[in-house]
Amino acid sequence: MLRKFTVAIFILVCFLLQSSVLGSIAFAGIIPNLMIILTSSFGFMRGEKEGLVIGFVCGLLSDIFFGDFLGFYALLLMYTGFLNGKFSRIFYPEDIKLPIALIVTSDLSYGLICYTLMFLLRSRLQFTYYFGHVILPEALYTTVATLFLYPLILKVNEKLEAHEKRRAQKFV
Amino acid sequence: MSPVIKKRGEKFTIPSKYLLLALTILCTVLMLITFGTDVFNRPLNAVVGRVIVPFQQGIGKLGGWLANRSEELVQIRDLLEENQRLRQEIAQLTEENTLLQQDKYELNQLRALIELDEQYESYHKVGARIIGRDTGNWYSSFIIDKGEDDGLAVDMNVIAGGGLVGRITATGPNWSRITSIISDNSNVSAMTLASEDNMIVSGNLQLMTENSISFSQLVDSLNTAVVGDKVVTSNISDKYLPNILIGYINSIETDANNLTKSGRITPAVDFEHLGEVLVITDLKQSVDGE
Repeated sequence: MLRKFTVAIFILVCFLLQSSVLGSIAFAGIIPNLMIILTSSFGFMRGEKEGLVIGFVCGLLSDIFFGDFLGFYALLLMYTGFLNGKFSRIFYPEDIKLPIALIVTSDLSYGLICYTLMFLLRSRLQFTYYFGHVILPEALYTTVATLFLYPLILKVNEKLEAHEKRRAQKFV
Repeated sequence: MSPVIKKRGEKFTIPSKYLLLALTILCTVLMLITFGTDVFNRPLNAVVGRVIVPFQQGIGKLGGWLANRSEELVQIRDLLEENQRLRQEIAQLTEENTLLQQDKYELNQLRALIELDEQYESYHKVGARIIGRDTGNWYSSFIIDKGEDDGLAVDMNVIAGGGLVGRITATGPNWSRITSIISDNSNVSAMTLASEDNMIVSGNLQLMTENSISFSQLVDSLNTAVVGDKVVTSNISDKYLPNILIGYINSIETDANNLTKSGRITPAVDFEHLGEVLVITDLKQSVDGE
């Protein structure tokens, strides 16, 4: 219960930050993708199921406010969460390299898929421009945001896990 | 053994791959359904609007307040200097004003003569505040703090500072989404004010950073369009009201087919620094019963 509540707060805060405050600190009109950080972090920390559910909720929120039709971002982020969940077996909290690598890869593939489905199919063929001006800057900026956001998520998750362990012991 | 494992005393859980499959199907169905209709948008927009929009409004207000305070501190010194300069300007402007008033009198007479009273002033407008921007980097859209409860509806035109911002593409009870004309997925039917030649104005992500938009298919057989010409929404657009200023022609080229022209337009609106917008609550008259 506490976990669901905390995760909901995380999603809400990240969405609000991304739709309001981040716009004013954007470099060259590019904002980092906090939803990807959230989805993939919970994916590799907690496993496939939690990753895909959180991805679905994050995506649906973007869909409702900014999508032309429902389900596109939800589907994309859901698979991001699920695939990141596959790495939960080799995840150690002390290691920062794997999370960063996973988040960057997620954001790059997210950008590439968005480009292919939303721009390439409308015959916007200048791939190098879009890669250099949107996808790559977003990935870099997201990496910087990861350095701030990820430790927080990790800390909160550890607290939650400790809390859950205590509760489980109480019931035995 | 069934993959849906249920041991005694353990909570019933679905394996993640089945959940993934179920949600994938759900998403696909949602996409297919909402591509053509907006059955689910209404309840979802309402629920999400009640939860998220109050926060966005709060953040918007707080951000505006903080920005104002910091600006005040910076500007006090500049203001003193400016005050001096403005006093001089006032004297100059008073003189100009008397001249202009004479011109205006003349203009009113001439307008009455040709019965040109279809200006912006005749449209009903509602002011709204921008409380959110697109979370992605691909398109450009805004969330404003008014919705169906305030009488707004999809396809209403939005202006700011005398120029066209875009149109409403989704509404909730207390919020609406504006797709701006600089967004890559936006096309507006427009015309040059001087010669009334039609063209298509489309947003472009590549040009967005240069703060310009592109136009194409301008049939200008008399070669009258020049750089600096005013571009307004056309009479034949089915979403946009006629004669709203879009911007000024910035560059112009003849296409390879030698029949049409294309080029760039500098929008009249500064999309980087938008705070408040005006929504025109009159909808373009359309022919029903297709």
